[in-house]
Amino acid sequence: MKSPVFFIVCLAVAAVVFVFGLVLKNDYFFFAGYTVLQYVVLATGWNILGGYTGYVNFGSAAFFALGAYATVVLHKVLPLPVPLLMLVGGVVAGLVGLGMGYLTLRLRGAFFAIATLALAIVLQTLVVNWDFVGGSRGAYIIRPNTLDVAGLQIPYIEYLFGLMLVMAVVALTVARGIEHSRLGFGFATIRDDEQAAEACGVPTLRLKLYATTISGALMGMAGAPFPYYIGYLQPSSAFGLEYAVNSIAMPMIGGTTSWAGPLIGAVLLGSLQQIATVTISSAVNLLIVGLLLTGFVIIAPNGILGLVEKLRGRSGGSVRRAIADNTADPAPTQGAAR
Amino acid sequence: MGVSTELFVNAIIAGILLGGFYAAVTIGLSLSFGILDIVNIAHPAFIIVGSYIAYILNVSFGIDPIIASIVALPAFFALGMAVYQLYYSSFEKYGQEALRGLAFFFGLLFVTEVMLILVFGVDYRYVHASYIDTTLHFGFVDVPLRMLIPCIAALILVGLLILYLTRTFTGRAIMAVSQDQGALQLLAADPVKIKRIAFGLSIATASIAGALLIVIQPVEPSVGREYIGRIFAICVLGGLQSLPGTLIAAMLIGVMESMTATFYGPSWAPAVAFGFLLLTLALRPQGLFGR
Amino acid sequence: MTALLEVEGVGKRFGGFVALDGVNLTVARGERIGLIGPNGSGKSTLVNCICGTLHNETGTVRFEGKSLNGLASHQRTHRGIARSFQLPRPFVTMSVADNLRVPLLYAVHNRRGRHLTIAEADARCLELAQSVGLGAKANQSPKDLTQIEMRKLELARAMAAEPQLLIADESMAGLSDSEVGEIVELLIRLNESGITIIMIEHIMRAVMSFSQRLVVLDSGKKIADGKPEEVIRNPEVERAYLGQ
Repeated sequence: MKSPVFFIVCLAVAAVVFVFGLVLKNDYFFFAGYTVLQYVVLATGWNILGGYTGYVNFGSAAFFALGAYATVVLHKVLPLPVPLLMLVGGVVAGLVGLGMGYLTLRLRGAFFAIATLALAIVLQTLVVNWDFVGGSRGAYIIRPNTLDVAGLQIPYIEYLFGLMLVMAVVALTVARGIEHSRLGFGFATIRDDEQAAEACGVPTLRLKLYATTISGALMGMAGAPFPYYIGYLQPSSAFGLEYAVNSIAMPMIGGTTSWAGPLIGAVLLGSLQQIATVTISSAVNLLIVGLLLTGFVIIAPNGILGLVEKLRGRSGGSVRRAIADNTADPAPTQGAAR
Repeated sequence: MGVSTELFVNAIIAGILLGGFYAAVTIGLSLSFGILDIVNIAHPAFIIVGSYIAYILNVSFGIDPIIASIVALPAFFALGMAVYQLYYSSFEKYGQEALRGLAFFFGLLFVTEVMLILVFGVDYRYVHASYIDTTLHFGFVDVPLRMLIPCIAALILVGLLILYLTRTFTGRAIMAVSQDQGALQLLAADPVKIKRIAFGLSIATASIAGALLIVIQPVEPSVGREYIGRIFAICVLGGLQSLPGTLIAAMLIGVMESMTATFYGPSWAPAVAFGFLLLTLALRPQGLFGR
Repeated sequence: MTALLEVEGVGKRFGGFVALDGVNLTVARGERIGLIGPNGSGKSTLVNCICGTLHNETGTVRFEGKSLNGLASHQRTHRGIARSFQLPRPFVTMSVADNLRVPLLYAVHNRRGRHLTIAEADARCLELAQSVGLGAKANQSPKDLTQIEMRKLELARAMAAEPQLLIADESMAGLSDSEVGEIVELLIRLNESGITIIMIEHIMRAVMSFSQRLVVLDSGKKIADGKPEEVIRNPEVERAYLGQ
């Protein structure tokens, strides 16, 4: 299936979901759904770097918060419509991803992972000490109640939900497009054996920079509408630990080698957490996520997708399209290499 | 200006004492990450558990926290060995430690923190010991015992560990396993067993470090998070395979944090270590004393 | 005529340990060179410095007259140097054919200035696989290959980059006599089609039957360079192998 077709199919599915929400006439669907969709984008973005190239990012919260705080800054200086804010958030976060990648990607994956941790804390400290965005006290973002679209008054939460739906579709299309492209091939070689990839002619540093930039940008775009969603943005919520854990847990539980894994992980885990937070407590909810992550990593390292593939009898990992094969091996010809 | 000099000197002293303590906190990671190449980002979690155990023993039986941690040492050692065995059989054996091993330790860190919240709640916990409220005064220099005693204990811990690694057979096998596993096998020493012992040692130090932590400051479950970046910063700054390097880097960071807190305010202090880490990674990834 | 590869005064240290000490080597186009030396003599380090996996601290490596100093590994592959690794390093989440596809997509692409179509790439992957006898296993995972098949894959992947210079790093270790013969034949065939080859080996039988010229390293220095029959009779070479 070509990317444009995939995109349209997903948009159609998204439209169905949206209409379903309207029919339900329950605002909670949109509030909870927004969070789940946000995680779809975060998890998909994380996976482009973590799953496809094998470089773990512990600082997803930093990129998410960059998008959120870019919005806060613009809100005070030059209010823009939310879609534009998402673009800005994406650009800012993407640039930071690029910069950080440039500094640390020449080192081993472990150092990159640690650097991402450091980045999150440094950024949080900067924000906490920056009064313009409210410092540790936080910033209020007054969100309008409705949005005027061609005379129709749409409740704002439905507008945000719709935007995040589109964003999720975009993220999934981008991830799938990469996966099936020459770029994705290169990413996979980096994940499998970076030195061998270099020897095969893969420009590993350049590709890794692409990955960090795209990954960071997507996560920033997920964060950009957040201040409007939540109304009152504090550093502790923007940089919350749940973003770091979930953006790792969701792809790892869903399956890291494909675009579908983060989607499955986000929908399953996201919904589970929404239910748990309301019925049990948010601490237990996070405990469950942590236990699932640890458990899956030990027992089912290829996630749910991997388990499904095993059940279908295929060997783990993605063996790509088979080429038309000759069963008989002709005698090796002379001059096999030109 | 007299006041400034006093402040300056006291900040340095506090920094050195803090640095000594940081060395104890980090030395376990120097062992697991620096020497064994295991990215144990859950190390702070073990330290916090150590703090809580010291707290329980102190509150229930009135035992001095540092003594309590020594009592708990064998349990932590065994725990470390068990964790390594799990890590090895699930990831290291298959060469999967890059992504999955990291995720494993991250999950461990997370689960530990949340379990501590569920069991103990988010209130700060204190220990009681005779020296905690005493401060020695030398002229204008203040040396709180609750900083001095942990610093001394830390230096003893680090010293003992360095001696062990350089003077005993097992210790030297541990140093060797990081360099050449094949040679080790020729000496009829099982590399996996050696690494298990080493990791056990690494977690054992967390027991003591935890007790020192709760002597210095009250502890609640999320305190561990500040230490993740700090210990990696110190480890990387000192140079991954150099234990003395860790000690010096710890002192450096301790002093820098102390100065920042004194002159710019404590809300900036967390950024110091992490900022150093980013700088080191960008400019001199092998650290001060690394190869 | 400029030599294909010129190694001039190349040196490399690891901390206090000198792995390479001013090594000089010239390789003409079309030659078959054997590179031997006791363990630890620096053969793999030399290969790594030529291919860019490591960077030499002193000296210059020149390919087709142009210096390679500072260039990353992938850039050297684009220029026409390919290597196989001592321990095979296939991409394990891909099929055999896809392993061969990587150099096609990333090295050959750039050189031709246009992308191969999917059909062309498929055909080429199959051709390469068949040339080393892996045609039937083209769609299988490298995990399903035997030792010798993995080494053949390693060589085929290096060939996929369409190199002018191929460095085969101990591709025969642990293989049986007939398997060694197969690989030597393969390499000679490659050479006859125009590829310059440097073979690093411990198996003397293979080295002697393959090499037109033999180079010996010991403790980071080149101690012999000439006709194979003469080199092995060189007393210094004997001493290096038989020990002090």
